[in-house]
Amino acid sequence: MREVMFVQALGEAMAEEMERDPRVILMGEDVQLGAFGQTRGLVERFGPGRVRNTPLAEVGFTGAGIGAAASGLRPVVNIMMANFLYVTMDQIVNQLAKLRYMSGGQVDFPIVIWATTGAGGSAAAQHSDNPAAMFVNVPGLKIVKPGNPYDVKGLMKSSIRSNSPIIFFEETTLGMMKQPIPDEEYTVPIGKGEVKREGTDITVVAIGCMVSQALSAAEKLEKEGISVEVVDPRTLVPLDKDIILNSVAKTGKVVVCDDAPPLCSVASEISATINEEGFDFLKAPVARVTREHVPVPFSPPMEKFVLPNEEKIINKVKEVAKR
Amino acid sequence: MLNSELLLKMYQKMVLIRAFEEKVSELFAKGKIPGFAHLSLGQEAVPVGTCANLEEEDHITSTHRGHGDILAKGADPKYMFAELFGKSSGYCKGKGGSMHIADYSLGIIGANGIVGAGIPIATGSALAQQQLGTKNVTVCFFGDGAANEGSFHEAVNLASIWKLPVIYVCQNNQYAVSTPASYALSVQDVSSRGSAYNIPGVTVDGNDVIAVYEAVHEAVERARNGSGPSLVECKTYRWHGHFEGEEALGWIYRSKEEVEEWKKKDPIPRFENNLVNQGILSKTDIEKTKEQTKQLIEDAVKFAEEAPLPDPEEALVGLFPD
Repeated sequence: MREVMFVQALGEAMAEEMERDPRVILMGEDVQLGAFGQTRGLVERFGPGRVRNTPLAEVGFTGAGIGAAASGLRPVVNIMMANFLYVTMDQIVNQLAKLRYMSGGQVDFPIVIWATTGAGGSAAAQHSDNPAAMFVNVPGLKIVKPGNPYDVKGLMKSSIRSNSPIIFFEETTLGMMKQPIPDEEYTVPIGKGEVKREGTDITVVAIGCMVSQALSAAEKLEKEGISVEVVDPRTLVPLDKDIILNSVAKTGKVVVCDDAPPLCSVASEISATINEEGFDFLKAPVARVTREHVPVPFSPPMEKFVLPNEEKIINKVKEVAKR
Repeated sequence: MLNSELLLKMYQKMVLIRAFEEKVSELFAKGKIPGFAHLSLGQEAVPVGTCANLEEEDHITSTHRGHGDILAKGADPKYMFAELFGKSSGYCKGKGGSMHIADYSLGIIGANGIVGAGIPIATGSALAQQQLGTKNVTVCFFGDGAANEGSFHEAVNLASIWKLPVIYVCQNNQYAVSTPASYALSVQDVSSRGSAYNIPGVTVDGNDVIAVYEAVHEAVERARNGSGPSLVECKTYRWHGHFEGEEALGWIYRSKEEVEEWKKKDPIPRFENNLVNQGILSKTDIEKTKEQTKQLIEDAVKFAEEAPLPDPEEALVGLFPD
């Protein structure tokens, strides 16, 4: 086992998969530089044919990745900030998500669209979105959003090997997070969640950067006599419903945490799923901890105010646990 | 370069496309085809002159007006009609319809319902062909309307800097829905935009199949030898509306005279006369080709009509491979 940072784990996943399969290529804006350090060194190792800097042309290079995936390559397309995904909407939503289905299953699109996401550094509204739910709403895409170094590596490796189109969200706020990971190769399956902490009183379903905050909240709540179980779905499509429902069956209470706007969010979807399929287990209504429904503001106190955090999780858990 | 065998094949293909689309028009008017039908009647020389340069392993992308392109690349009218009828034996199992026909085994990597969206995809196909070390090329068909989309500009720039083996073939049929190219294009010729991306751009008479063949031939040679992309603009005209049945909506945006003027430039009799004059085609051959094509289309329609409709639950199959 070695202590590895989140961004480093992600880079290792890509290097290992590029080593394993010559059809894997990496393309995007400044990938040779490795804007956040994830891909640093890859161009020296694999050359500029397989690690391609693209012009700032998200429609063009995302579409090119899609065409390349349909024609024999396995591209990883980097979108530096998740907000820039909006520029590519036609290619992802009208093309990538639909072309396999609309062709009657003639061809697969083994592509990973990898974007960094998250807020908290005063980047303001055009660099702080977490648009995962928008893509969850599109049939034909698998959505992955890991919350620690072990998962980010294992899930990126599985995503590159998958023949389905994957939108892979990398949490920027977790970049420096460290964790011991195995020296030997491993993968994490797409579509399988994990219970990150066992508990008996209440379930917290946490996504992405909320996982570590939920775990820290759980430690504190334990001292106050509330035993919290933390479940991380890790993949949003397909969603591991069983792991969530099993936990709710045990605890009867649930708070869903997602660092995203609340309307039609992943938290809403999980909440609805619990209501439809786990209503009989519930001892209290399902509650959510999300962003406020505004664009993320620039100024630090306002930004802090609109984002979910450990304190908000603690308060919501206490509120639900009391019922 | 152009032997008589290839010329005859090109002639037959043009006749086939014409017959196919005339039949689609007829069936659509009878209410036998659901959805939309965007026909390319009058434009047959472009896909035929282009695809005569391609091998089966080469790729094409096409547009919402793609029947001609797809037939020119070798698709079977039987499965095309079945797709237009929404049958499971259609190319896309009834999930794509007229605007989305694909046959990956023939290098037809998809028609596309979004204007300009196929241009980056074609560029990516060429990226794969280059990266995998093949000598194959991709032809990207698009219209004058798509030449104004951002996707065109981004994709052509990308192909130029990476020297990708792609040929952008603009079928300039003068109208984007009802908006004339003379109004919507900042330039007279789409081909002149090639210079902005440092690639060759040429405009040819799109109703002259030989002129199309020759321009695309040069572009394909360039692509195969690693010299990168080219832009070939073919000036042509669509005889019918943007989609079948638009007259019923009161869509009038072209004069009858204009349409008649272009019909006089019909690419089929023009090529026919050329071949007759060269002694490659006889009056009997012409009759025979038309008769055989008619039969082929009748058989294809029969196949499609007799094919079973899909089980509705097939709608839930095929989203993901794993």
